[in-house]
Amino acid sequence: MSSSSHNHNEPHAAPLWILAAVCITLMVLTYLTVTATYIDLGGEGNLFLAMGIATIKASLVVLFFMHLFWDKPVNSFVFIASLVFVTLFILFALMDTLQYQPNMIENYAPLINK
Amino acid sequence: MTQPAVEEQATQHGDHEQGHNPHLAHHFDTEEQQFDSGKLGMWLFLATEILLFSGLFCAYAVYRASHPEIFIYAHQYLDKFWGGINTVILIFSSFTMAWAVRCAQLNQRKLLIANLLITILCAFGFLGVKFIEYQHKWHEGLLWGTHYNPVEHGAHSDVEGDDPHGEDAAHVEASSHEEHADAVSESHSEEAPQEPEITAAESDGFKIEHSKIPDAPQGPAGLAKVEAGGHQIGHSPENVHIFFGIYFAMTGLHGVHVLAGIAAISWILRRAIRGDFSEKNYIAVDCVGLYWHVVDLVWIYLFPLLYLIH
Repeated sequence: MSSSSHNHNEPHAAPLWILAAVCITLMVLTYLTVTATYIDLGGEGNLFLAMGIATIKASLVVLFFMHLFWDKPVNSFVFIASLVFVTLFILFALMDTLQYQPNMIENYAPLINK
Repeated sequence: MTQPAVEEQATQHGDHEQGHNPHLAHHFDTEEQQFDSGKLGMWLFLATEILLFSGLFCAYAVYRASHPEIFIYAHQYLDKFWGGINTVILIFSSFTMAWAVRCAQLNQRKLLIANLLITILCAFGFLGVKFIEYQHKWHEGLLWGTHYNPVEHGAHSDVEGDDPHGEDAAHVEASSHEEHADAVSESHSEEAPQEPEITAAESDGFKIEHSKIPDAPQGPAGLAKVEAGGHQIGHSPENVHIFFGIYFAMTGLHGVHVLAGIAAISWILRRAIRGDFSEKNYIAVDCVGLYWHVVDLVWIYLFPLLYLIH
């Protein structure tokens, strides 16, 4: 990521062809992710594929639409730091949840105050 | 001799006096410093936005890990078609927003205004589709918590035999009905003749008239009826309302962000028409653009997580 772009006299404008290419790629990936739901990948395969495609899409948006590819690294640092904490948050919550899996009755989610 | 020396010193210390650039606030040394500070501030705000949404993503993850059957069952009520349309609308609006930032940087005022207008139109289009989806769920009683009282339509069980969603045995009558109703949303009034029995029941204080003794395959709550026509909606697991609670919380918070985005972009549009922006001063466009892209980012994850559960 080059940091020389913020010479304010000449702002770095993202080339239009890159923006258009990203837009088209995002559309294609959206089509792919919808199509992929009709294929059974077994287990949680479909979830991981869908999340993988979503992450590729998100990366494209962040890098090019949001300029991080050309921006100063400090902005990327802030963004990635937030993602790290989101990951910690969700993974730790899931670690706890999965501890109770052996006690779960499959296909049954009883209501407590019933 | 002293006069030029003082001037030289002033320029060396940056343009403090604002005479040079009216956009440079007095507490910044250089334009670049001002720009970078603003941008960093915006990114910090976006980080808090991501953390705000992460709470809901966490609720989703925890509940789906515990009870995947609820998600597999309930997502069938969501229409992939409308979700996909909204994804395309939002991606396109992100593209026009990114283009708008480029226009501001390159002093292309007319193109900037056009791109901002298209972005706002797309945002309204997104909310329009969401309105259709919400309205339908409201109509069908597919709501959160105790408001989850799905309307039964035995009368509609023969609607559209061939469902493009192709959910094999657990064919969702409601989903095809949803399409049907969405495609001709005005026809809700024409469907009114089927409703009186429900409204009559409601007037007696009952949402839905369930038998006190549920049918065996339905489980205790009796959420969905086995269709008379042989089509089954799939056995409804318990507490499907939690899916709709999560659905409305996530898409609702996202929708609020779309509204805020419309307000922010309208503000930028007004300033663009006034001619405020140039290659020297475009940070407002840039930051609003960043915000709009985060709205897109969240939807990129929401769409597969809510609509495309396999």
